[in-house]
Amino acid sequence: MELFTNQVLAGIATGAIYACMALAVVMIYQAIDHLNFAQGEMAMFSTFIAWQLMQWGLGFWPAFLLTLVISFVGGIVIERALFKPLTNAPVLVHVAGFIALFAILNSVAGLTWDFTIKQFPSPFGSSGFLGSQLISTHQAGMIGVTLVLLTLLFFFFRYTRIGLAMRAAASLPESARLVGINTSWMIALGWGMASSIGAIAGMLIAPVVFLEPNMMGGILLYGFAAAVLGGLTSPFGAVVGGFLVGVFENLVGTYIPGVGNELKLPIALALIIVVLVIKPSGLFGRAIVQRV
Amino acid sequence: MSTVQDSVSQTAAGAAASKKSMTIGTIATIVVLALLLITPLFVKNFIIFQMTMWLIYAIAILALNILTGGSGQFSLGQSAFYAVGAYTAGIMMEYMGVNYALTLPAAGIICFLFGFLFGFPALRLSGVYLALATFALAVAMPQLLKLGVFEHWTGGVQGLVITKPDAPFGLKMSQDMWLYYFTLFVCLVIYVLAINLLRSRSGRALMAIRDNPIAASAMGVDLPMYKTLAFGVSAAFTGIAGALGAIVVQFVAPDSFTIQLAIAIFLGMVVGGVGWLPGSLVGSAFIVFVPNVAESISKGLSGAVFGVLLFAVIFLVPHGARQIAYIIEALFQRKSKS
Repeated sequence: MELFTNQVLAGIATGAIYACMALAVVMIYQAIDHLNFAQGEMAMFSTFIAWQLMQWGLGFWPAFLLTLVISFVGGIVIERALFKPLTNAPVLVHVAGFIALFAILNSVAGLTWDFTIKQFPSPFGSSGFLGSQLISTHQAGMIGVTLVLLTLLFFFFRYTRIGLAMRAAASLPESARLVGINTSWMIALGWGMASSIGAIAGMLIAPVVFLEPNMMGGILLYGFAAAVLGGLTSPFGAVVGGFLVGVFENLVGTYIPGVGNELKLPIALALIIVVLVIKPSGLFGRAIVQRV
Repeated sequence: MSTVQDSVSQTAAGAAASKKSMTIGTIATIVVLALLLITPLFVKNFIIFQMTMWLIYAIAILALNILTGGSGQFSLGQSAFYAVGAYTAGIMMEYMGVNYALTLPAAGIICFLFGFLFGFPALRLSGVYLALATFALAVAMPQLLKLGVFEHWTGGVQGLVITKPDAPFGLKMSQDMWLYYFTLFVCLVIYVLAINLLRSRSGRALMAIRDNPIAASAMGVDLPMYKTLAFGVSAAFTGIAGALGAIVVQFVAPDSFTIQLAIAIFLGMVVGGVGWLPGSLVGSAFIVFVPNVAESISKGLSGAVFGVLLFAVIFLVPHGARQIAYIIEALFQRKSKS
């Protein structure tokens, strides 16, 4: 039983990483109806910016806040410059655009900061949380930040005018435009927010997986799995999905014989397929009804 | 899915083009074919090898075109089928001593079954969800190939080394050149098959599904049947490309079939023009040769250069090479009228 509790706790700790990433994925999916395959690289790039700021002598929190602002502006600039002209392009072209962005960010980061792994400081320290051996203070902090972020997002979408406008622009763009919402800028705002959330995820993950241009590859996949499991339309679902994927991955690795580390990833992917086949809208997502 | 439809709905217009443009098309085909036949005689072995890879990727892109352009389904998992084809060829040649030419149909049949089976769960999915499911398949494939259970056959992480076949009938030809002509022949056969498939009753059923699934089923098209069939055929052609690739590269290993291969095939299709079969050659040229060009411009930034070039293509010609073909065709027509 103790092994079980331990594994669940460890799973929740890694799940927090996936939850952060899934949150960013869902944000952008809400805004533009596409999965951004470059999301991980955007987060990685933001994390490098934070690292660079700290190298220049800024403290963790000033660098953290400044990075959020830079990422927000960066996300909006990317949307305005690269993806706004593609608004009416076919979905396949969008995916190709994401892949191009992925290649550019990865290559530029590699050239600027090279491929050696770097330490990234944690604001929470790495001692045991409340004297426990299972969860470090950093992991506890990560879970805390994820939950705070989720709460903030909930209040933003539920109780602010601009949050309401964003929801309207996402669900019925034409009607939203008729009541005077600038839907085009709502999309840009969505990109900015997703970029900032990705930056938070990146900065929280970096102390655990270390900083390098390819750090996000596997994590983005788990993020996708989490987002799909929770439902691509629900930020709450994304976070729950993240924790579930983390716990599931750990339990499968422990209890099913023959599943070593190398099979963990295929299992997360099998999970995506199973969820998609049984309940395509995810655990907490709304089924999308289409009018024909 | 209406967006996919936009990009491919011109197929009908293309088929019904005037006789004048038909002749332009025919001339272009003959010129390209002649170039493909003659060029290897004048270039070095390494360039012949690259041209062979170009044709092989063209087959893989063609296969994806049948799936996406034909039935409107979307796959980022073609590398998995490519891998299965490659391993089929490798295992048959090295462990069973089967002639290389015979491994192609076998790879095709095995991949057809594989694709057909994968098509069933994929039936419930469309758009982004299907992209994600196939993406998952592509990422999982290298890990599955490394599994200890299959290691006896697949060679695990090490992979398999394949002996290169000689030119038959005592032809005085280098192995590379023979493989090139062999690939060209397979490529032509598949191209003709694909065109005939899309023009047949099944092809029209697929296009009906792509344009409006509900109307298609009302007309009596069996949706699940044709959708899984499209997956099967696409996987079969990709598998044949994979088998050819294995024979030409002489080596199969799990890490040659990562998600990057699937992305390359996908990009080739977008660049060539979705649903336009001749575009497969153009798209394939893009994914085989542009990375080299990018590397020659800047070594450290090759990824960035590739990305920028890709953006340039997307912005200038969002419908890919087919758009350029239509522009040229329109120019010729205007000239002949005046």
